[in-house]
Amino acid sequence: MISAVRAWSARRYQVERLAFALLWLCGALAMAALAAVVTYVAVQGWPTLGLEMLVTPPRGGLSGEGGISSTIVTTLLLVLITVGVAAPVGVGAAVYLNEYAAQPRGGKRARVMVAVMRFGVETLAGVPSIIFGLFGYAIFVSALHFGFSLVSAGLAGACLILPVIIRTAEEALRAVPPSYRQGSLALGTTHWQTVSGVVLPAALPGLFTGIVLSVGRVISETAVFYVTLGGSYQMPTSLLSGGRSMALHVYFLAMDTRAFDKAMGTGLILIVGIVLINLVVNGLSRRLAKRPAS
Amino acid sequence: MMTTRLVDRAMRCLLLAAALSAIAIVFLIGLFTLREAWPAIQQVGVWPLLSGTEWRPGQGEFGLLPMIAGSVLVTLGSLVLGVPVALGCAVFLAEVAPHAVRSVMRPCVELLAGIPSVIYGLFGLVVIVPMVRQIPVTGNSGFGLLAASIVLAVMMLPTVTNIAEDAIRAVPREYKEGSLALGTTHWQTIVGVVVPAARSGIVAAIVLGAGRALGETMAMIMVIGNSVIVPTPLDGNPATLFLSQARTLTGNVAVEINYATGLHQSALFATGVVLFALIMIVSTLAHMLMGREAEER
Repeated sequence: MISAVRAWSARRYQVERLAFALLWLCGALAMAALAAVVTYVAVQGWPTLGLEMLVTPPRGGLSGEGGISSTIVTTLLLVLITVGVAAPVGVGAAVYLNEYAAQPRGGKRARVMVAVMRFGVETLAGVPSIIFGLFGYAIFVSALHFGFSLVSAGLAGACLILPVIIRTAEEALRAVPPSYRQGSLALGTTHWQTVSGVVLPAALPGLFTGIVLSVGRVISETAVFYVTLGGSYQMPTSLLSGGRSMALHVYFLAMDTRAFDKAMGTGLILIVGIVLINLVVNGLSRRLAKRPAS
Repeated sequence: MMTTRLVDRAMRCLLLAAALSAIAIVFLIGLFTLREAWPAIQQVGVWPLLSGTEWRPGQGEFGLLPMIAGSVLVTLGSLVLGVPVALGCAVFLAEVAPHAVRSVMRPCVELLAGIPSVIYGLFGLVVIVPMVRQIPVTGNSGFGLLAASIVLAVMMLPTVTNIAEDAIRAVPREYKEGSLALGTTHWQTIVGVVVPAARSGIVAAIVLGAGRALGETMAMIMVIGNSVIVPTPLDGNPATLFLSQARTLTGNVAVEINYATGLHQSALFATGVVLFALIMIVSTLAHMLMGREAEER
């Protein structure tokens, strides 16, 4: 009897060892997938990199001649437009939801409105990017006659990152202790003075995290810009000129000209950019975590 | 004093406007997509659009069934390949991994989530597709559902892992302690207590992964072949279905929208509507599943 129990107990630990081995294997598989993608892109792309590539414009052609300077400029302009439009609106929305609408004295109507607003944010976050592209194409490219341009792509991109900014900003605002607001209001300030003078500065690192995250989203986005930006490799001359972001350039190099090595080179720069962005985000959230709670 | 009050009022209105932006954009997206899709829905009809197997814009045939089948099959394929590993990673990170391993692996999973989809597509095109091409079946081009499912499985891994890990971490400590105090092994506690307690979060993770898979565009265009056919097995073995080329709903929109006009363009907007409807169906199903579970408790 006792030996049977012992054998059973021993088997339980064998099962556990086997299961944990499988779990380690899952972890290893994920790491291996990442290592495979990053190493492959790095090894293939490294030889094409260099200062010259960064400062010369692409010349088109079947082997993807030239560098990537105009795509870098286009990407940076897109980041500026999308964040410039989405950040004030997104942070404003988060401030309203967290600082104004959350007050208990609001009636039933106010609560319904907040629920509708939150539903909007949630839905927007779940919309696939190609639908933002279709939308941008229908409204900005066609209906408003902006054509395939930085404006069209930037505005469609702003819609894409809006939910990211609203969500992170709300989280940042929620982390500001209520005592800050009470202290400020007790001094006789208006609601807006409290928000702009006390709450927003205290939430600044969190707000910045959201903006950095959405910069990453914009530089890695392809589908939206594929249908709104046109894809010309010329250097943009105005906000109404079309263009090609770096991610889009990777696509065209791989699919149209089959210049895989050049595509990998541009891809490597994108990956390095994403790594840097992740480092900044992690650094910021670590600083936030360290801040003494009050 | 007067002006500060005025500023306060004005800012309140401005912030309200900002807060309404998200729902306004959702409304505009629905309005514009439906408005543009309307001619196709009206002239082709809802049922021919959904069940038609021929997509020949030149001849005015707009059947979306090949693309619906492609999107659904590639999503299922990626779920089968990706979800077990992703959930394994979630349990591993939340319960098993030593602190040092975890502190290395977390940023790696974040990086996996951040890598642009076009780079996954490129990797799939240059590495996965030639590998799949090695499978000796007549008509196997390498491009197709299998290559696309593999690429998507990697892309959805961080989404599923992150949310499932959070769900597992949110299980109250007492549950685990109670189970362990009964003399179970750590693994028995994970299987019998922790994972069941985190079930609704895990379902949500899988659904979000499926949504990500359905919505992926660029990587799919690059590896799935884009042929407008309802995928069929290449030979007698039904498993060769996954070696068939296909086209996704997202790919259909992206590939053709820039040169489409008239009814063709409208049909592409209808494709977008169908895509959105599919995603809504998936998330509604998930809500229902989770809702029923909440009632059981």
